Amino acid sequence: MSIKPVSGPHVVAVRSVDSIMRKVIYALLPATAWGIFIFGWPALYLCAVTIFSAVLFEAVCLKLKGVAAAPYLRDGSAILTGLLVVMTLPPWAPWWIGVVGAAIAIILGKQVYGGLGQNVFNPAMLARVALLISFPIEMTTWVNVKPILLGPGIMESLSITFSGLSDLDGVTGATTLGAVKTGFSVHQTLPGLLHDYSAILAFIGWERGSLGETSTLLILLGGLWLIRDGIIKWQIPASLLLSIALLSSLFHLIDSQHYLGPWVHLNSGAVMLVAFFIATDYVTSPNTPVGQVIFGAGCGALIFIIRSWGGYPEGTGFAILLMNAVTPLIDHYIRPRIYGRYRNGKPIDVS
Amino acid sequence: MLALFENPRLRGGIHAEEHKTETSGVPIALDMPLPKKLYIPVQQHVGKPAEPLVKVGEKVLKGQLLAYSQGTISAPVHAPSSGLIADVLDFPAPHPSALPIRTIVIETDGLDQWTPIQKPDDPLALAAEEICALVGAAGVVGLGGAVFPSAVKLDLGRKNKIHTLLINAGECEPYLTCDDRLMQERASEIVTGIRLMLRGMGAPEATVGIEDNKPEAYLAMREACAEFTNINVVQVPTRYPMGWDRQMLRYLTGREIPADGRATDIGVVIHNVATAHAVYRAVCLNQPLITRVVTVSGSAVAKPQNVEVLIGTLISEVLDFCLVDKSRVARLIMGGPMMGDALPISEVPVVKACNGILALSEQDIEIPEVKPCIRCSTCITACPVGLLPLEMASRIRANQLDAAVDLGLKDCINCGSCSYVCPSNIPLVHYFKFASGELYKRQQMDHKSEQTKRLMDDRTQRMERIRLEQEAEARRVMEARAARAREQELAKQQAQQAQQSISEAGNKATAEEVQ
Repeated sequence: MSIKPVSGPHVVAVRSVDSIMRKVIYALLPATAWGIFIFGWPALYLCAVTIFSAVLFEAVCLKLKGVAAAPYLRDGSAILTGLLVVMTLPPWAPWWIGVVGAAIAIILGKQVYGGLGQNVFNPAMLARVALLISFPIEMTTWVNVKPILLGPGIMESLSITFSGLSDLDGVTGATTLGAVKTGFSVHQTLPGLLHDYSAILAFIGWERGSLGETSTLLILLGGLWLIRDGIIKWQIPASLLLSIALLSSLFHLIDSQHYLGPWVHLNSGAVMLVAFFIATDYVTSPNTPVGQVIFGAGCGALIFIIRSWGGYPEGTGFAILLMNAVTPLIDHYIRPRIYGRYRNGKPIDVS
Repeated sequence: MLALFENPRLRGGIHAEEHKTETSGVPIALDMPLPKKLYIPVQQHVGKPAEPLVKVGEKVLKGQLLAYSQGTISAPVHAPSSGLIADVLDFPAPHPSALPIRTIVIETDGLDQWTPIQKPDDPLALAAEEICALVGAAGVVGLGGAVFPSAVKLDLGRKNKIHTLLINAGECEPYLTCDDRLMQERASEIVTGIRLMLRGMGAPEATVGIEDNKPEAYLAMREACAEFTNINVVQVPTRYPMGWDRQMLRYLTGREIPADGRATDIGVVIHNVATAHAVYRAVCLNQPLITRVVTVSGSAVAKPQNVEVLIGTLISEVLDFCLVDKSRVARLIMGGPMMGDALPISEVPVVKACNGILALSEQDIEIPEVKPCIRCSTCITACPVGLLPLEMASRIRANQLDAAVDLGLKDCINCGSCSYVCPSNIPLVHYFKFASGELYKRQQMDHKSEQTKRLMDDRTQRMERIRLEQEAEARRVMEARAARAREQELAKQQAQQAQQSISEAGNKATAEEVQ
């Protein structure tokens, strides 16, 4: 009966980092499967390439760092990062986009800071923004919806992903946000610009867009499941979605010809994915409930600002990175009140 | 703003696996055989250790005073059974260090013969001061684990204006059911104890808070209190650490005790429910605190139950009584699994603070490997105090203790909620205890260097004074010598002058004579 001196508690809860990561991956699977279903085999190949390279880069970095790689690879964080990167990519993007994206996310986004839990910026968003700036053509080529069985076959798809698409014009088009932005630049106005927009199809996800971002419904379900399981808290998604909804409603009411309504904002681009899976990233978001509300609202406001007045049709990546940069500041100023003290740290005065 | 969504009365906390059913349905065992030897440490309370007044070889009776209270915050200890004083020595304490402390050893004679006792005729008619004095003389201390002398608390309550006596029957630690069983079996005695405490403090009413996982105890207490309208029994949610007195107070009254103050500052005194029972025995039966109910549980225990144990019984004997398979014990804990202390050996005595003995096997305490912090902030949600455990730990890891103190390290109650929920299994409490230890060490060092500096300064001053004195003395001697020399010189001159004048006069005379 040898006992080394240990401090309590002598029992622990069963939840572990591995199980958290696993659950987040499960929550993302329906939306990813949907993306593969509507965009075909190339989407599946891109997923495989990106996730595989993310794990590979993680292993190489850990090896260089001189730590045992296995326990860190087992925690699933590299798979999750790879999955999030590929979900934000155009579904028919060439294979090297996935590899470069995974490299940016894992090496520059995570490991240079010291690995799991140390990064300042969300790795997936860093990769997305870097790719968007570096490879604007590849990153804005949106393939039409064509379910897996009607689209190119298994072998043909291999050549799409691995040696590029020869004729793009026939099978691609603009996303809703892109089309609206282009329309505004040639002085078209709103109701007309959305003539072939279907509110319900956008909600289900039957539209052009990034691989895993189109289906509001499935992402929402995955996110709500995570909230129910206590993996993420409601503060960030709620405040983010609410701030976009409020701002877009306000401006849509003021000028409905030049500002999209809340439904279009919430159902297009990466808003849902960002609200439930990116902004809620533990490492890069504030610690306290109040801080999280500020963070979420800030993300929502920035997304709306960039979409409405910025140069890019979609602003989620930039919004997240900007708010990531503010997170340490929020955490410095927003702290919980300590028992028996006022917020400023002075003991409660009862006399 | 978020205060709207968060129950302000119930912050943080966790719900661990309870493991209470193993013992909560089994009656308290009263038939533990009398040990051959009892080891009674003279310090079983907060404050100064008691001073032994018995001699080796002396015969003592059960309940006889062994060591008397020293100073204002202290408590006496009594003989748990009759026998001979075998020794007064340093014996391992029930503490993670098992460092020896002063202990009185009684060799029991098996007669278990009481010292003559005078019971008061009507205990509830006693004056407040008398009740406090009886409680103090019986060595009653807080039995929830804090072991603060109860009489001191009662006196404090009498001096301040108290509107509520809060009886803490939360018993939020997993496994422990000693208070639960006590309430189920001896509710009326507890209620008498509460009434005595109210009288002792001159307080109008009492509230008993019981976690809602103890419905039988709640019903028993309700029934026992039925005729006393000034004692309310209420159920509180089962959420560790509800038994932290300040948490229960906040839940029941919505008020918080100032960080630098005591419960009496807001007109409340908090006592443990087992303490109320000890008060009943001390006043109504005039029996000192020589036994306590201990929960013996854990998966290495074949017969988990609550046992009324004589203070001073070796834990190893209690384990034997409950049929513990010692080869399966991976960790022995005094107290609950959240805040209890791991004991390195079982040959240590049961003391007044010991509410549970847990013999946990390997699978109970299996803690997976530690991973890096992913800043999930679950620890912040779990902290009942409102601290940022993850930030504090990162500061401590970087050896920035002052930054950790700024974040509220000194407000930490070491409840372990943060460590319990951490998905990376970071031993947060360990960090905080380490940092507190370092701070204490630093304080001692500062104190020491201050003392050294003071001594050095004193010495320099003293040396300077001596030097000045010596110089003055030397100067005085020199001056005196110089003065003496001058005097001698003067005298010499005068003598010469005189000589000269004489010789001149002589010469004159001679010359005259010659002429």
